[in-house]
Amino acid sequence: MGKSLLHNCQYGTKISVCGFICAGLFLVSSTFATEADIQLADTCPPSFGLNDENRCSLRHLYQLYDSLQDSGIGGLKTALPKARDGFSPQQIDLGRFLFFDPILSADNSLSCATCHNPDQGFGDGLGRSVGIKGHVQARSAPTLWNSAFLSSFFWDARAQSLEEQAQSPLFSANEMGNTPEQLMASLNRHAPYKRLFKQAFPNTSAALSVDNVITALTAFQSSLVSLNSRYDQYAHGYHQALNEDEIAGLNVFRSFVARCSQCHTPPLFTNQQIAVIGTPEPEGLPRDIGAEETFDSAVLRGGFKVPTLRNIAQTAPYMHSGRFKTLREAAEFYTGGRGHAVPENEELLLHWHISEPNLSSDEIDRLVDFMKTLSDQSLIPTTPAQLPSGLPFKHMENMHEKS
Amino acid sequence: MKNLNSLAIGLAVITFAVGWYLGGSNDALTITSSSGGKSYSGGYESDQSTAAKGSGAVKLRTTEGTIHIINPGDSIQAAVELATPGDTIQVMPGTYSETVYIDKDDIHLLGVIIEGERATLDGLKTLNDAILFSGNNIIIENFKIIDYKGNGIMSQAGNNFEIRNNQIIDTGIYGIFPQLGKNGLIEHNVVSGIADAAIYVGMSDNIHVAYNEVFDSVAGIEIENSRHAIVEHNHTHHNTGGILAFITPGLPVKDTYDVIIRNNFIMDNNTPNFGAPGSTVAGIPAGTGILIMAADDVVVEGNIISNHKTAGILITDHGNADDLTLDPESDPNADGAMILDNVMLNNGYDTIDAVRAFALTELHTGDIDIFQIGPTEGSCINNRHRYKTVGVSDFTDCDFTNTDDIETYLLAGGAEPRVIHPSERGEIAYLGVCTGCHAYAGRLIGPSVMEIQALYADRPEALVNYINAPIPMRDNYPEMPAQNYLDAETQLAVANYILKVGN
Repeated sequence: MGKSLLHNCQYGTKISVCGFICAGLFLVSSTFATEADIQLADTCPPSFGLNDENRCSLRHLYQLYDSLQDSGIGGLKTALPKARDGFSPQQIDLGRFLFFDPILSADNSLSCATCHNPDQGFGDGLGRSVGIKGHVQARSAPTLWNSAFLSSFFWDARAQSLEEQAQSPLFSANEMGNTPEQLMASLNRHAPYKRLFKQAFPNTSAALSVDNVITALTAFQSSLVSLNSRYDQYAHGYHQALNEDEIAGLNVFRSFVARCSQCHTPPLFTNQQIAVIGTPEPEGLPRDIGAEETFDSAVLRGGFKVPTLRNIAQTAPYMHSGRFKTLREAAEFYTGGRGHAVPENEELLLHWHISEPNLSSDEIDRLVDFMKTLSDQSLIPTTPAQLPSGLPFKHMENMHEKS
Repeated sequence: MKNLNSLAIGLAVITFAVGWYLGGSNDALTITSSSGGKSYSGGYESDQSTAAKGSGAVKLRTTEGTIHIINPGDSIQAAVELATPGDTIQVMPGTYSETVYIDKDDIHLLGVIIEGERATLDGLKTLNDAILFSGNNIIIENFKIIDYKGNGIMSQAGNNFEIRNNQIIDTGIYGIFPQLGKNGLIEHNVVSGIADAAIYVGMSDNIHVAYNEVFDSVAGIEIENSRHAIVEHNHTHHNTGGILAFITPGLPVKDTYDVIIRNNFIMDNNTPNFGAPGSTVAGIPAGTGILIMAADDVVVEGNIISNHKTAGILITDHGNADDLTLDPESDPNADGAMILDNVMLNNGYDTIDAVRAFALTELHTGDIDIFQIGPTEGSCINNRHRYKTVGVSDFTDCDFTNTDDIETYLLAGGAEPRVIHPSERGEIAYLGVCTGCHAYAGRLIGPSVMEIQALYADRPEALVNYINAPIPMRDNYPEMPAQNYLDAETQLAVANYILKVGN
């Protein structure tokens, strides 16, 4: 085939990150001269329809289907979990500016996009992300693709909403290092932000507020939708979308030998549960207790939220702290034997699906082939041409080599 | 009529036998479906309606599609690829070593049994699964399935299925495993030698498991994180545990309730547990007739439960089970257990230490038919004096004696797919697919919707033709990818929608 929507659109966005998309979506992006000219979009991002109340609601092909108990998990033609939507075009677009703006960090040294870089699958290519003043984090930056469908956030599932999630890195001393007071002070210093917040939150007396920063970031994140991969074409019934190797990979993926789909369940490719799988930490690092802390429960020691596999090929390295450099290494972990990487002095209640599948080298290759069909970055958002703060971007320099 | 039928079968057998050796036959056997159809009226006075009625779970076909006949040496999967909804695939006796996957709706995959010889799927202990399906309205019938590593028959999110009359031996983790589906019938299967559950209903609704024989496995029949299930008339013997209804914590569907376990023969399930370390069934004590763990509203009625060394019926909450993960969203207690009359013989004669120790706290020694531990509300038992019981003193007497009014939880006519109005379908496809490259006004990647509307005004069919096989129309525009992966209904809906959409 080679002519899928995915390929062409990715190609389109890669030749010129902004080119086409800016022109249509964010009306003036590539032409304005100063931050004073920045306007917010009055149309919804692709895949969203604008309703009479100036709110964007998400539409995607999985809305043609149902799921058991409205669980949003199942097989090929299964509904997704309910997504967060209902933000205005202006709120989504304001969120986009904030997302890329280093003014959100205490010393203007990093933006959300530093660790969640759209060009790196909304990750940063690092096993453990680097926050303010070079603080190395405990874990990697999860992708933001399809986070609108999630019900818990962070590797250890400690936040229950996008809003709750957004506050954590903003106000963590080791991540963006900001405080609510300083954030308000610095945004208030920039007239364009005062204007843009009024535009995005027209009915509130104090439009420029921490809550509205969080709302705008949530609105933007909810627009990061990736549901038109080649896999999706197969799922909707077009079986030529995948080649023989990729279909063989799908069958390994859902077989009860490998059991991948038991936790990375379609259509989101996560069942959103906590799983203790016993991956090794990077050399020399202590065991990350993960969800044990969140739930104050020893049986969840070393447990992490099952991550989505959509766009997984874009977000190496893998696992919560990046122990595995490639998808193949990550897949291979599961056939190494139950608990093979758990140190002798460590007590973990491993997930029941961690077994000894004895996959062949060929089957692991096919799994990798299949996982690569889950890529779709056609709706990658446009990086603004200029930021309302006038600050330079701080995410380009954090591009790391992927091996 | 009867004579004609048998003549047709006779002829077909001859044709088949010849065809087998000559390299294939295309004649279909006359196969009478055992589901639906006319019922025996007894020959005496009867006012029963003679109209055919559906008794299965798949939607009745109004027209039959093509019948594909597969002979040894052919690929079953190749026929599945060719088949379209409404088709039937008949697999002739012989051995086939492949994984068959059905990602389509309304396919009937039928083995043909000739004088006891079956179409045999042989995994050679190298293949993962024998049959996988994700479509709706699938029938899998009459196969022999041996030596796979994963599952004999597995469905993922298929609704309205019937898995019937299969013989499944040593196919790895599960023999028959429907998951995340609604409205399924599993009947008349013989399943043995399975390392986890012979029949495992996982995260499903409206399931009927009947007339199966399951043995030499860790778990016989397992209803897990599922609702509205009836398990009846099965013979489950020589497993580690006979019939299980429970909640596994940590799964995305959180509860099990409304399960009826009735009129089964549950015998001699004392096989040492050979489940994989870490699997939920690895915790089943050998010698358990029925296990109810954290499931609610489970009725146990009319079973013969005999010769289980741990207990005839074992009811527990999560708190008294080992090695379970934490799941705050799952209710850990087994509430609403309802034990009606059952025949219980020789159970709990050599029970495990934990059960014996708890029994001693009630000053109970000796055999145990029914053992209950952990908090429970709304549970009841009839004629408790008949059994050797531990932990049921809080159970009331049930205010009913039978479940005769509930014939089945299968949905008459099958579970319906989501009904989508064409305009809604058009909007979903337009926003979900087209707007990635087309804005209403102005160029995004492709031309604007306004330009498209001008070009194709009142000609949705022409637009459908274009999106199916786009050709370059404009300089400096990337070639549009074909949208032929959308089905015809969706294509027409989206074409109509695009031509009338406003900004």
